[in-house]
Amino acid sequence: MSESEKPVSIQSYFRLCAVIFFVLVATTGCMIATSFAHIGDGWTIKVALILAIATVNAFLVAGYLMHLLSEKKLVYIVLAFTVFFAIGLFGLTVWATNGFPPGTATH
Amino acid sequence: MQIPYTTEIRPDTGIYNAKLGVWLFLASEVMLFGGLFSAYILLRVGAVPGEWPHGWLNVTLGTVNTMLLALSAITTLLAWAACKVRDFGKFKFFHACTLLLALAFLGIKSYEYHDKFIHYEVALNNGTFADGHLKEKSTDFDLAKKTGTVTLEGHIVEDRKELMDLRSEEAKKAVHKELVIAAADIKKMQNYGPWHNTFTAIYFTMTGLHGLHILGGALVIFYLWGPGSKMFKTDPERFTNRVEVSGLFWHFVDLVWIFLFPVFYLT
Repeated sequence: MSESEKPVSIQSYFRLCAVIFFVLVATTGCMIATSFAHIGDGWTIKVALILAIATVNAFLVAGYLMHLLSEKKLVYIVLAFTVFFAIGLFGLTVWATNGFPPGTATH
Repeated sequence: MQIPYTTEIRPDTGIYNAKLGVWLFLASEVMLFGGLFSAYILLRVGAVPGEWPHGWLNVTLGTVNTMLLALSAITTLLAWAACKVRDFGKFKFFHACTLLLALAFLGIKSYEYHDKFIHYEVALNNGTFADGHLKEKSTDFDLAKKTGTVTLEGHIVEDRKELMDLRSEEAKKAVHKELVIAAADIKKMQNYGPWHNTFTAIYFTMTGLHGLHILGGALVIFYLWGPGSKMFKTDPERFTNRVEVSGLFWHFVDLVWIFLFPVFYLT
């Protein structure tokens, strides 16, 4: 049974939402702190950390608020295809980053 | 005519039709924003070192908007839960909150856009650059005819690269004051609109598209909250499913912002 088919209690959703909201506030605070922190010359590390925290936030929203943790198989299949093509899209872009046509002026 | 599978579960998919429809739609949305995020990566990686802007956006306003959207995602879920337990009053309350939060988000975003449109970079004939917010233009100001003056609240820098990193120590030390500049001294004057550079172009494109999604989502939520809520009395299960699929879209919009905020404001 998916989450949307289960019996619902508003009180239990209140508790869940309160927890998720405070975690979102805390993780957003962590992102901001990381952004302003001096982590040597590690711009790449900083960006990786910030995006990792953003991914945690995204997991909370998708998993709990969108009920993805308890969805039907078909929804997962749709999302698996989406992730596959999205990764392919990003991959093509990264692959093309240095693929300048002959004669292109580069800096 | 009865539309099939609006409330009952379709045996072969295991979900009602609208839910499958909205997930397929969200899959296409992932590809739309995925393409734009790819473009952002390409522009950022390909930028000349030291020429990608840093600290140009107001982190406080971005954080407030992040909190507003997170709260609205929660009120959307609670509105759906209220429909599930057939509490119409609570549904109305939570969805009204969602609408107000959406409007507040758009209001703050509009303020941020306005701030960029009145922020000017002025290349002067002596090789320096004036940068600041427009206070006023004299009535006879005409850049082509070189007449009149423009007044900015800002500062002057020797090198344009000094304007790129507003989180640098030099930028923090900059003293902003009123600058009255004669049109005759101006070589080029441009605001920080989408045409300014690749950063502002991709920033306005992505946040603008996201803002349109917020507007579209808010219109649907308004319909469900207002005239569309009549269905709650006649077919509450179908209405609840409508609230659920609109909520899925709203959560997706929140998800996009969860990545837009760090990408543009924090990195």
